[in-house]
Amino acid sequence: MQQPETTRKSTLAVDNIFLSFGGIQALKGVSLEVGEKEIVAIIGPNGAGKTSLLNSINGFYRPQKGRIFFNGLEVTNLSSHRRAQLGLARTFQNIELYTGMTTLDNLMAARHIHMKYNFLWGALYFGKAHDEEIRHRRVVEDIIDFLEMEAIRKKVVGALPYGKRKLVELGRALALEPKLLLLDEPMAGMNTEEKEDMARFILDIYEEKGIPVVLIEHDMGVVMDIADKVVVLDFGEKIADGSSKEVKSNPRVIKAYLGEEEPAQTGTKV
Amino acid sequence: MLPCGTFNETYAQDMAIVRTRLQWGLFIAVMVGVLTLPLYASGYIVSTTIATGVTLIAVLGLAIVTGYCGQFSLGQAGFIGVGAYTSAILMTRYNMPFLLAVPAAGFVSALVGLIFAVPSLRIKGFYLVMVTIGAHFIIIWTIVHLPKLTGGADGMVAPWASIGGFTFDSDIKYYYFVIPVVILMTFLAKNIGRTRAGRAFVAIRDNDLAAEVMGINLFSYKMLAFAMSAFYAGIAGALWGPFLGRISPEHFSNLVSVPLGAVWLLGMVIIGGTGSILGAVLGTLFLRVLQEIVSAMTPIVATQFPALERFAPATFGGILFGLAVIVFLIAEPRGLSHRWEIFKASYRLWPFSR
Ligand SMILES: Nc1ncnc2c1ncn2[C@@H]1O[C@H](COP(=O)(O)OP(=O)(O)OP(=O)(O)O)[C@@H](O)[C@H]1O
Ligand SMILES: [Mg+2]
Repeated sequence: MQQPETTRKSTLAVDNIFLSFGGIQALKGVSLEVGEKEIVAIIGPNGAGKTSLLNSINGFYRPQKGRIFFNGLEVTNLSSHRRAQLGLARTFQNIELYTGMTTLDNLMAARHIHMKYNFLWGALYFGKAHDEEIRHRRVVEDIIDFLEMEAIRKKVVGALPYGKRKLVELGRALALEPKLLLLDEPMAGMNTEEKEDMARFILDIYEEKGIPVVLIEHDMGVVMDIADKVVVLDFGEKIADGSSKEVKSNPRVIKAYLGEEEPAQTGTKV
Repeated sequence: MLPCGTFNETYAQDMAIVRTRLQWGLFIAVMVGVLTLPLYASGYIVSTTIATGVTLIAVLGLAIVTGYCGQFSLGQAGFIGVGAYTSAILMTRYNMPFLLAVPAAGFVSALVGLIFAVPSLRIKGFYLVMVTIGAHFIIIWTIVHLPKLTGGADGMVAPWASIGGFTFDSDIKYYYFVIPVVILMTFLAKNIGRTRAGRAFVAIRDNDLAAEVMGINLFSYKMLAFAMSAFYAGIAGALWGPFLGRISPEHFSNLVSVPLGAVWLLGMVIIGGTGSILGAVLGTLFLRVLQEIVSAMTPIVATQFPALERFAPATFGGILFGLAVIVFLIAEPRGLSHRWEIFKASYRLWPFSR
């Protein structure tokens, strides 16, 4: 198969992937493109396959069919850690932090791929090990400032409240210096204030650091506010893909959400 | 939290191990105390300290693979055996100088460790424990069945350590070889723990899936942890041989009566607190003292309660060990190192901590 024309410009191109677990078809021929400067939202009812799509993109799941390109490079058969080294970072729906470490160490651990010294230098804590530790500490401190996490810098993350843990996870993904950020329901379970902060951080990441973002989100208000493009999944199929306005008035989307075919009323929460 | 009046002005200061004047004072006092110990302590204390130091090296290895990386291993005694035999064979049969035989023992043991680490990518938890127990069996079996090289079940002589013309032919002399090595190995383990590899290990322990997604190669780092752990065991073995004088397979068995048995070593890591080098040190000291109490009390128990004699000493030691571990798991599952942190925090906040 020829490499699709468009993958050269886009950051991410998912091409017709199929993923099944035994009898369950989680993804049925889903394609997706993310441009260099885009915030893309993936929405869809529970069990639609949103998380499965993210997991396939970062190599957590292996689709049975289809190909994935990242910055023009085919990554379909690469392991997750290789994809991370290429600049794919993510957060998880059910926070997956290093619970026994402090916030600082969670972020420092994400600098792993950018550190060059080997364990022998580390054992001596000398020369380049010492210099690199300090250099990366600086990078991590910038992220801590950026996400306003100074107060929890040296707290063990397992004991932090939910909203803070979500934030640390975002910080850890940023510490990877990603070229694409995949966020699985970054605001789920947060209160309004925390949601607003999170939305602001995501926009800042995008605007100040120029990192494209793919996020899964159920809160339509948030999606409408920050996403340039919305992709709708239903039962493992992509049923719509376009600006939030287009998607909102798409009859298939309305049907998937409301279970009936009816023209959208103004103000309908899709 | 920092002690009152201490401020970090640079990240280097914030990252240093020994920071305050009190810490430096304590550190120097402990160092001086340890290094001058043979001047005032009895021969018994000196030899027990050597044994404790050797044990600590093996425990540090286990603290890396189990405490940091979360891969449970009950094979450590086997790797100590590999180290002890390697250095004894190299010294007696190939006339290798002691100073070379010790690191060589570490590397051979690390290599054997790597072989048995291969399954760790696929196997976790209890199954991995079974693999490490299997590794131990295979190692001991191999030692017993290579009599030409190892003396088989009868064992072999582990010669005195010597450097140049100088032979460490007494405990006091050997003390001054072993203890600096122990200090060096502790220093290295501490640094491994707080730098790139150590964070990768803890990441794997706390959440291996996330670690992989964050760019850590699980296979390489698990292999590295096992290799480091076996290297430490190998060094411990190489130092243990000359101390014993003669080594045989039963010195490296996992029986409760063997002070370097894997269960004791694991107990030391757990009681000290996983994921902490200070914990490894405290756990080792604590259980070594317990072991010494057991061996001191065994003859007393035997004369006072002749009926119990045939159970001692193994049963007695085992019971105390079991009790200690249970008490710790209930009272302080995070180990002695966590207690110490609490103490430090309340000391710094005093009088507000009361
Ligand atoms: N590891 C797995 N093993 C078996 N089935 C799975 C697995 N992961 C997902 N599935 C199934 O695939 C389908 C899609 O799940 P997925 O988690 O991708 O949905 P989702 O859109 O993220 O839903 P939610 O909004 O609830 O997070 C579901 O039917 C789910 O049960
Ligand atoms: Mg999901």
